[in-house]
Amino acid sequence: MKKKLSKLSENQWFWPIVIFLIIILFNTIMTRGEFLRITIVDGHFYGRVIDIFRNGGKLMILAAGMTMVLATGGTDISVGSVMAISGAIACSIIKGVLLPGLNGSVAAAIILAICAGIVCGLWNGFLVAKVKIQPIVATMILLVAGRGIAQLITNGKIVTINSDAYYFINGGYILGLPFPLYIVVFLVGLLILFVSKTAFGLFLESIGCNSQASKFAGIKVDKYLLAIYTISGCFASVAGLIESAGIKGADCNNAGLNIELDAILAVAIGGTNLMGGRFSIFASVIGALIVQSITTTVLALGVPAAYIRVLKAILIIVICLFQSEKFQALFSKAPKAKKKEGVA
Amino acid sequence: MSGKKLRINNLSLLITVVLFVILFIFGSVRYDHFLSLATFLNLFNDNAYLMIAGIGITFVLITGGIDISIASTIAFTSVFMAYWMQRGVPSYVIIPIALLIGIAVGAAQGCLIYYFELQPFIVTLAGQFLMRGLCVVISEASIPITDPFFKFMALGKFQIKIGNSSALSGKIYYYVLIMVVVLVVAMYVLKRTPFGRSVYAVGGNAQSAELMGLNVARTKIGAYIISSFCAALAGVVFSFYTLAGYGLQNMGMELDAISSAVIGGTLLTGGVGSAFGTVVGAMIQGIIQTIVTYENLNTWWTKVTIAGLLCFFIVVQRIIDERAKAAKGKETASA
Amino acid sequence: MSTNTKLLTMNGISKSFGKAVIALDDVHFDLEAGEIHALLGENGAGKSTLIKVLTGVEERDSGDVELEGHKIHPKSTNEAQQLGISTVYQEVNLCPNLSVAENIYIGRAPKTKFGSIDWAAMSKNAKKLLEEFDLHIDVNKTLDNYSVAIQQMVAIARASDIQAKVLILDEPTSSLSQVEVDKLFAIMRKLKAEGMGIIFVTHFLDQVYEVTDRITVLRNGQYVGTYNTADLPRVELVSKMIGKDYALLDQSLKEGQAEKEETKRGDILVSMKGVSHAGTITDMDLDIAKGEVLGLSGLLGSGRSETARVLFGIDQVNAGELDINGEKVTLKHPIDSIRKDIAFCPENRKTEGIIGDLSIRDNIVLALQAKKGLFKKISNREAQKIADEYIKKLEIKTPSADQLIKNLSGGNQQKVILARWLATNPQLLMLDEPTRGIDIGTKAEIQKIVIDLAAEGMAVLFISSELDEELRCCSRIVILRDMKRVGEVSGNNISEAEVMQIMAGGEDQ
Repeated sequence: MKKKLSKLSENQWFWPIVIFLIIILFNTIMTRGEFLRITIVDGHFYGRVIDIFRNGGKLMILAAGMTMVLATGGTDISVGSVMAISGAIACSIIKGVLLPGLNGSVAAAIILAICAGIVCGLWNGFLVAKVKIQPIVATMILLVAGRGIAQLITNGKIVTINSDAYYFINGGYILGLPFPLYIVVFLVGLLILFVSKTAFGLFLESIGCNSQASKFAGIKVDKYLLAIYTISGCFASVAGLIESAGIKGADCNNAGLNIELDAILAVAIGGTNLMGGRFSIFASVIGALIVQSITTTVLALGVPAAYIRVLKAILIIVICLFQSEKFQALFSKAPKAKKKEGVA
Repeated sequence: MSGKKLRINNLSLLITVVLFVILFIFGSVRYDHFLSLATFLNLFNDNAYLMIAGIGITFVLITGGIDISIASTIAFTSVFMAYWMQRGVPSYVIIPIALLIGIAVGAAQGCLIYYFELQPFIVTLAGQFLMRGLCVVISEASIPITDPFFKFMALGKFQIKIGNSSALSGKIYYYVLIMVVVLVVAMYVLKRTPFGRSVYAVGGNAQSAELMGLNVARTKIGAYIISSFCAALAGVVFSFYTLAGYGLQNMGMELDAISSAVIGGTLLTGGVGSAFGTVVGAMIQGIIQTIVTYENLNTWWTKVTIAGLLCFFIVVQRIIDERAKAAKGKETASA
Repeated sequence: MSTNTKLLTMNGISKSFGKAVIALDDVHFDLEAGEIHALLGENGAGKSTLIKVLTGVEERDSGDVELEGHKIHPKSTNEAQQLGISTVYQEVNLCPNLSVAENIYIGRAPKTKFGSIDWAAMSKNAKKLLEEFDLHIDVNKTLDNYSVAIQQMVAIARASDIQAKVLILDEPTSSLSQVEVDKLFAIMRKLKAEGMGIIFVTHFLDQVYEVTDRITVLRNGQYVGTYNTADLPRVELVSKMIGKDYALLDQSLKEGQAEKEETKRGDILVSMKGVSHAGTITDMDLDIAKGEVLGLSGLLGSGRSETARVLFGIDQVNAGELDINGEKVTLKHPIDSIRKDIAFCPENRKTEGIIGDLSIRDNIVLALQAKKGLFKKISNREAQKIADEYIKKLEIKTPSADQLIKNLSGGNQQKVILARWLATNPQLLMLDEPTRGIDIGTKAEIQKIVIDLAAEGMAVLFISSELDEELRCCSRIVILRDMKRVGEVSGNNISEAEVMQIMAGGEDQ
């Protein structure tokens, strides 16, 4: 039993899950069990835990895509803007402002919004892999310009729509569980399946550790970079759909604002090295749940939302410090030096 | 034949200057009253803070690093000062404190990047969110500034009038002088001090710089300190300009600053760049903004155009670089 | 100035990396003012570690260093420089984006009376200094305008100008032509006459005898002895450098040559016809046959590594034709070459070979996986089997295949890279400096593996800057100079002198 547990704890997702359970437990105690209560109304499950899963859906999807980008030593800070673009396109089409020929078809709106996300991802990937711009600058271009593009699509207005089919993306239920959860399971599941059944994971880790040596081992680095930024863009557009369905419209100023911080934090909590290398998508998804539950908890404790962002920024630096070899050396060296003194 | 990197620098700057002239002519032909001294001077009045921040980030970019925390630092400085001045702290106390905070932020970021070898983008991204978060912690609403010194700086200006023509008259606000001072000091430091030269050396080849006995730690951390200090100073100038502190101000301005530098000939890979180029780069952005205003377009067009321009310049730099490499290869082959 | 003054003494210097690798063991070295002192030894003998200890790059474990009778303990190159010890490295360590003048004076530039850098004075001084070195170039141009040889001269000018008492030249001649070497020697003699002590590290014995006064030999991290150059015959020097293994190596050399005679050249596998890549190789003709170990010899930058890069699809063919098994091919990416059964162990193990943070297992299967493609994943069990097989076969010293490769010693890392390529079952194996920085035992093992592989019918392209190693392993050696093929030697009567003569070029010999 002990052996099994220690083997289990070697998995990258082990500690994130433990942390998540501790947060749940903490909340349960603080609310005297209220937190765990799940009520069934009209055959749908309701409750705080369900809310975490539903509201964390976007973040889980983003974190999954972001994991791979960070694993290659890059970053994608444009995800929030891609969400805004995707929401703007979908809502404008449904409202008939954009491409009125489609008669506000929800299906067409969703497909085109996702296509836009893919194009955004391809653009990022092109800048990083082909033009060889640093990822932070490459994606910052879209971070800033993307929100501008979204504004231009909606003509600077907040587009509100009236479509039950579209609302379903965020508010719908299937077999009592919220619909975003199914999207998460589908997308993340597909991705994890792909990574585990092919050599994709090995190649990404290799690129993240040493892209030059990876090229020399026969890996087409450019192709894979292009692919992961595209996946990240595509996932961001889906997250954008969920968000805009949630607010029943497109708000280009606030859609996905600052969410890149949450996504990067989720990946960091999941134990993926932000310098590139070893990664686990599943662990990042758990990381996303942790970020979401921290947000929920802190808000429930009555702390103003502004403090959370400060906390998250500090958390990222602390996690990075613990991942830094120099920082680790600082602590492994200290006791040694003492020993030497003792001897002398 | 001149050096390949130098050529990129010069060519970029040349393209920039030509572009500036074209845009100015375009504006003059298209709009009445555009062609005037006032239009030109307003580029400085409206973008002094961007120029100051851009000059700061140029130091970091030349060392081959990146700093995306500056816009948040600007916002933080302005909110921080507005908040305390509202509570009666005099401006001559709060401005130095704000600048000191800027230095502290830069030192912290630089140390994390140099001593723990954390990636600059992660550190300054976290810094960005930290400062932005602190803004909102201080105040979510915009705080007006009523301090007399700030009002004086906001409104004080030189009238310039050449002859009687209205086209040849304009005004320069006092705070623009701060930018001029920063520019002159930065140009001096980069060209004529050991620190400035080691900034270039570190960007050219950090390992060589170390072996040549230069203090790489001091240079790198120093560059981040300058960047954050300039951002804080830009925050002060920005507060003169707007007479308010607001935490959500200048979102995404990091990109404007980086664009100014790159458009002005700074290489994102490090080793090449100039403070003067950055100011010209910022003027290009200013003139685009002016044209967008004259056209009565959505202001977001400015952002999109500048992002496009940044891409264009990076691609041009890469093409020149590749060509120079190929040319050099041929040269040695024929030698 | 009396020439008997001990300028620098190093006593009892020891340095180890981790527990296993002892780089220096109780080494002694002394240098007089006004002498040129050769520091010799095979790769891995400890020369570079000794220099790093002296210049403050590495911290010594024990021992004393005295400069002009004062104990010194520099902790950085900067400190060493201020004490008067400056170094010129094999790879030019200057900044390509700065001007020539600035590269000479950065960190100690002349100042105007206002305390700012005096550019005019700097240019003037630089011009004057370089003219002393018989170098007439525009000092205001950036360094990347000039050839490696000129950059090397600039580096030496810089080092000698830093009021250096001790000047260390770490293989400065490997990228220089004969004319440039002569120029360098003239400068060295001039500096010597001015009373500077020069430590000269080189691989070329001719140069040692031409310019040095004394020789210190290191072997396996240990001090062998210090001799007057004039009193030490060449053969004796070589045996001191190689040590007691000499007889042994001689034996294996003879055996190897016996084997070489037995192996007949098989069918032509790869053939380059007039292949050029701008700036690295010109008009290269090269045939590689199955079952032969073909050596490529030449100085740094002569085109030896560059030929392998073209064959591996890293650099593209600009002109000429490349045939594999008689079929014309275009190689655009390493994967194209890998699919044609070509393998390449690059020179820079750390940056181009190992994936440090991955396990030995992942490192071994990586190229095979790339060859198979994204979708045909090698299962964990299969990967483990392959890894275990090669760990055993190549005697890689590690507790398990799960170990991260960065934790292994250099020699074992090299074996893992070798395993990576052998796993792809190549027809042509290209090895660029496969034994650099590796202990002698492992070195011999790798050499043996190479000879065995060729005996099994594999074609091997062997690139090494150590001539005796090439002579030992190769049945044929093609010699390159200035990006061109200039000669070929084969059979059992290859002599080192012959190869070196072709390598160095005919103009002066």
